[in-house]
Amino acid sequence: MTSLPQGPTTKKLGLVIDLDTCVGCHACAVNCKEWNTGGHSAPLTDFNPYGAETAGVWFNRIHSFEAGEGENCRTVNFPKSCLHCETPACVTVCPTGASYKREEDGIVLVDADLCIGCKLCSWACPYGAREFDESDGVMKKCTLCIDRIYNENLPEQERVPACVATCPASARHFGDLGDPASAVSRLVAERGGFDLLPELGYKPVNKYLPPRPRRDQPGATGAPAALAALSPAQDSPSGFLGWVDRLLSR
Amino acid sequence: MTKSRNVDTSPPVSDEVRTSTCYMCACRCGIKVHLRDGHIRYIEGNRDHPVNKGVLCAKGSAGIMQQHSPAKLRAPLLRVGERGKGEFREISWDEALALAAKWLGDIRASDPRKLALFTGRDQSQALTGWWASQFGTPNYAAHGGFCSVNMAAAGMYTIGGAFWEFGEPDWEHTRYFLLFGCAEDHDSNPIKGGLARIKARGAKFVSVNPVKTGYSAIADEWVGLRPGTDGIFVLALIHELLQAGKVDLDYLVRYTNAPWLVIRNPGQADDGLFARDGEGRPLCWDRGRNALANAEAADVSPALRGEYRLPDGRTAVPAFQIMAERYLDPRYSPEAAAQATGLGADVIRRIAAELAHAAFAEEVVLEVPWTDWAGRRQERMIGRPVALHAMRGISAHSNGFHTCRAIHVLQVLLGSIDSPGGFRYRPPYPKSAPPPGRPTGHADQVGPNQPMKGAPLGYPQGPEDLLVEADGSPRRIDKAFSWEAPLAVHGMMHMVITNAWKGDPYPINTLFMFMANMAWNSAMNTGGVQRMLTDKDPATGEYRIPHFIYSDAYYSETVAFADLVLPDTTYLERWDCISLLDRPICSADAPADAIRQPVVTPDRDVRPFQTVLLDLGVRLGLPGMVDADGAAKYPGGYPDYIVNHERQPGIGPLAGWRGANGEAEGRGAPNPKQLESYIAHGCFWEHELSPEQRYFKHANKAYLDFAVAMGFVAKPEPIVLQIYSEPMQKFRLAAQGFGPVQPPEIHRRRVDSYFDPLPIWYPPFEEAAVDGAAFPLHGITQRPAAMYHSWGSQNAWLRQIHGHNRLFVNRKTGEALGLQDDDWVYVTSHHGRVRCQVRLMAGVNPQTVWTWNAIGKRAGAWNLAPDAPEAKKGFLLNHVISDLLPEQAGGYRYSNSDPVTGQAAWYDLKVRLEKAPAAEAGSSGPEFAPVGLPPGMPERPKVLRYGANFRRR
Repeated sequence: MTSLPQGPTTKKLGLVIDLDTCVGCHACAVNCKEWNTGGHSAPLTDFNPYGAETAGVWFNRIHSFEAGEGENCRTVNFPKSCLHCETPACVTVCPTGASYKREEDGIVLVDADLCIGCKLCSWACPYGAREFDESDGVMKKCTLCIDRIYNENLPEQERVPACVATCPASARHFGDLGDPASAVSRLVAERGGFDLLPELGYKPVNKYLPPRPRRDQPGATGAPAALAALSPAQDSPSGFLGWVDRLLSR
Repeated sequence: MTKSRNVDTSPPVSDEVRTSTCYMCACRCGIKVHLRDGHIRYIEGNRDHPVNKGVLCAKGSAGIMQQHSPAKLRAPLLRVGERGKGEFREISWDEALALAAKWLGDIRASDPRKLALFTGRDQSQALTGWWASQFGTPNYAAHGGFCSVNMAAAGMYTIGGAFWEFGEPDWEHTRYFLLFGCAEDHDSNPIKGGLARIKARGAKFVSVNPVKTGYSAIADEWVGLRPGTDGIFVLALIHELLQAGKVDLDYLVRYTNAPWLVIRNPGQADDGLFARDGEGRPLCWDRGRNALANAEAADVSPALRGEYRLPDGRTAVPAFQIMAERYLDPRYSPEAAAQATGLGADVIRRIAAELAHAAFAEEVVLEVPWTDWAGRRQERMIGRPVALHAMRGISAHSNGFHTCRAIHVLQVLLGSIDSPGGFRYRPPYPKSAPPPGRPTGHADQVGPNQPMKGAPLGYPQGPEDLLVEADGSPRRIDKAFSWEAPLAVHGMMHMVITNAWKGDPYPINTLFMFMANMAWNSAMNTGGVQRMLTDKDPATGEYRIPHFIYSDAYYSETVAFADLVLPDTTYLERWDCISLLDRPICSADAPADAIRQPVVTPDRDVRPFQTVLLDLGVRLGLPGMVDADGAAKYPGGYPDYIVNHERQPGIGPLAGWRGANGEAEGRGAPNPKQLESYIAHGCFWEHELSPEQRYFKHANKAYLDFAVAMGFVAKPEPIVLQIYSEPMQKFRLAAQGFGPVQPPEIHRRRVDSYFDPLPIWYPPFEEAAVDGAAFPLHGITQRPAAMYHSWGSQNAWLRQIHGHNRLFVNRKTGEALGLQDDDWVYVTSHHGRVRCQVRLMAGVNPQTVWTWNAIGKRAGAWNLAPDAPEAKKGFLLNHVISDLLPEQAGGYRYSNSDPVTGQAAWYDLKVRLEKAPAAEAGSSGPEFAPVGLPPGMPERPKVLRYGANFRRR
């Protein structure tokens, strides 16, 4: 068993993912892969990369599915990575102390030197966010780009997770969800951000923003349901065109 | 264990960062490539770059794996076995180029047309087209004929600009965005960013697409109409707007040919042409003076309806009236469109009302004074914030030209072309509609050992510009600019192999292709094309297409069919220019161009295709490529050409940092340090337009003056938007028996039908030709955001996302056929059948099945394991798409293309589904014999631990 920080961490770094604008393009997943395969947990090994049954380590995966049926069905693009829970089961279940939650920012990491590859954490994580690297024999996972966000070798504005920097649809936001005044906390408040599977009680730090209401019904934009046809004049069909007779000049 | 461990939070990222331009699709984003010990550590978007502003998509982010692909070609190859087997021996570049020069030199000395140079997904068409001209063959094009040509032509003949990446919605101001069938390989990052912006602002986003994936998934409204019916949907919107008087009349009289008088003289040679004065200027009726007047004058009050008598007694009516009469007809009512599209008439009415509301009740006013084309100061810019955008879903149909024209006409009627909130031109557009350049290749323009005085591709203004023989037969191998496809302004690459094999209109000697997978996913009738490439004339034992030279960086399916393979470099190994002469990276607010620079050094015996082409030019002694004494004019290869070539005095491939000291923009002497300046500025150049130049570019004096200075247009004259197309009417008149250049009898009716000067809608050809009961479903493809054509499947990361493809079927439709998820089915068309695996879904039009494009691979190609899922479970719909339409009366078979532009009609496909017998389930079909690997290809790694070395311990 590994213990968590005493009481909730004050700083809760995490992601806010906007399901209203995510088009499921996989940009975040692949950019995460290329950063992290040379980063803190390098490499993100790929097995049988040019053959059948290829499989690799990815910290961020996109699930696209349909919710609902028929006309009202919604296509959902759902990016999923570690949610950096406040009370993560993956940490408390770890027999060696390899899995841990950082006191200073709440990021959940794996200490590869202590990991024995027993996979208890991946069984414990209800979100399926852990990735076992058979090649290294250790568990790997989203580090929230811990080697970017504090990296003094990068310009300040690039000190965000790779997935956030690269998202073409601005569907990913990074910040301190422990600070109610932070931009991400305000976004969550304004847009009704929600927890994934809150009933499980792990208190994920990452939040998802729900899709905005669709405006596909009459009246949604302030327009009438149909245009009123002008009454045709007698010399139809060009009689319809009486309204073009106002004097027009260049 | 809560204390911080020893985590390295500030590791060094790279030793060096080099900027360049991505080529993982056609979006052309700026990238920053981080290098560590000479290896690529990380590729990210360049924050300063005008296209992507720092973001990068999945494809771009996977560039490392493209560079490390085991499918990279390693040296020039000469075929030693039969075509298609992949049996080669490596040869030296000297040998390869000498052989190519021998073949090409013989052709040039006899009949240059016997060389067909088609360059696929080429981003250097300004070079390759010029090279073809210097060689002297009109048989040149890139891949536009099977990609976007009807969209390009419809735009250029209507507004002097186009969709794709040549224009953009005004993301900042639009209130209503209507997107038609969009592919995610052009302008994709700007579109994703734009969608996020308009959704944040609360503008409405409507996606018209039979399939609800990608962008459609986040739309406010999904309009899942039946494929190929977008045109009638749009014309019904126009019907509604006209009936309610919701069009921008002021815009129409200022900027369009709506008031131009059209001669009404049925059955005569001038019927439907514009009435013109003695100097050829179009006429309008000036209601201020009650007299005919020059329609291009500034001081007139033009009438939009009425019938007027010309001085010679003929009558004429304003184009607007002809258009309104057409679309007010009940044929274009929402009810009529509902029947064709499968949408509710109420939905069409509501969308028309929403368009009108956004355009007129939510008009955008920018307090930016500007000066119009006539020199009159305007106090503000008034915009109609409705923007439309369209791509593949329109282009891949045989009615795409007219549908695209309808979309532009709708925007014109709403007054939203280049007005705030509307569709915005990206420089160098607008150009005149159509632009002035005409195709070259007439009989007197082609001859042994002589260059052509002009570009192979251009814009026909009428029948006299067609490249046809006296008997009306085509002069080009692809039949572009013939009566089969008069406005084939991008050529017809998809017909080259078929025609060359048949010797129709004539046999050729050498097929020379670059970066186009024509033996696989870029071909219709893929199996047939392979047979054509391998077919021999029994009389001689020689291949019917005697020589096939192919350049590619990777072992694509097409390589195996080539006689001579010229291995190209990767996009991270070479110089390139993304030129204003070709397809630049401009935004609506800023003309821009860019370069690629070598970021890593090739570890193989490969050369950049463009440099090879220039080298061949020298060996052939082509004008422009050699000095008077025969020495290379650009001995430094392509980068030398990029800097020093001038197309007109002072205008070259790159617009930035011209002049001896880099002081000039647009025009200026070559600057020997130009590439250094680009590199110092992130590998791109950008010129921001002033606020007064940014809208109404077609009629904005400050912008037009700038465009002249830059060489975009010849004169600072207004570009008049053409709702009524006179060039179209000229072709129609020829078909009706007027003028010196007329179509052969066999084509007469077709030209008469489809060269309507106003947009029309007709059912797609295949749908009209085949039995709807036998083939009840539409079959289309979509392009995944994470995969670009062929090139993605060799990518170790991207193929984990899309390793094989399913056939997606509407759940209700599938269940009615007794199908469940994972069932194997046969998809049968009038042409053939494929076997594939089903996935049921709700978000697709019930009469439509679809799959991801280009995922299926031939076993063994791309150095993938022969049992890779791409070959075993992936499939191409191409196998059931015919290159030819079913026989017409009289036996003639037209290409499966748009009749106006020759655009390949990929999405006209009609199919039926049948469950495959259990014994045949489990793998996709048709199956092809695995192809062998060329010598020297590396072994595929079993485990890839890329990046392990970068970690600091």
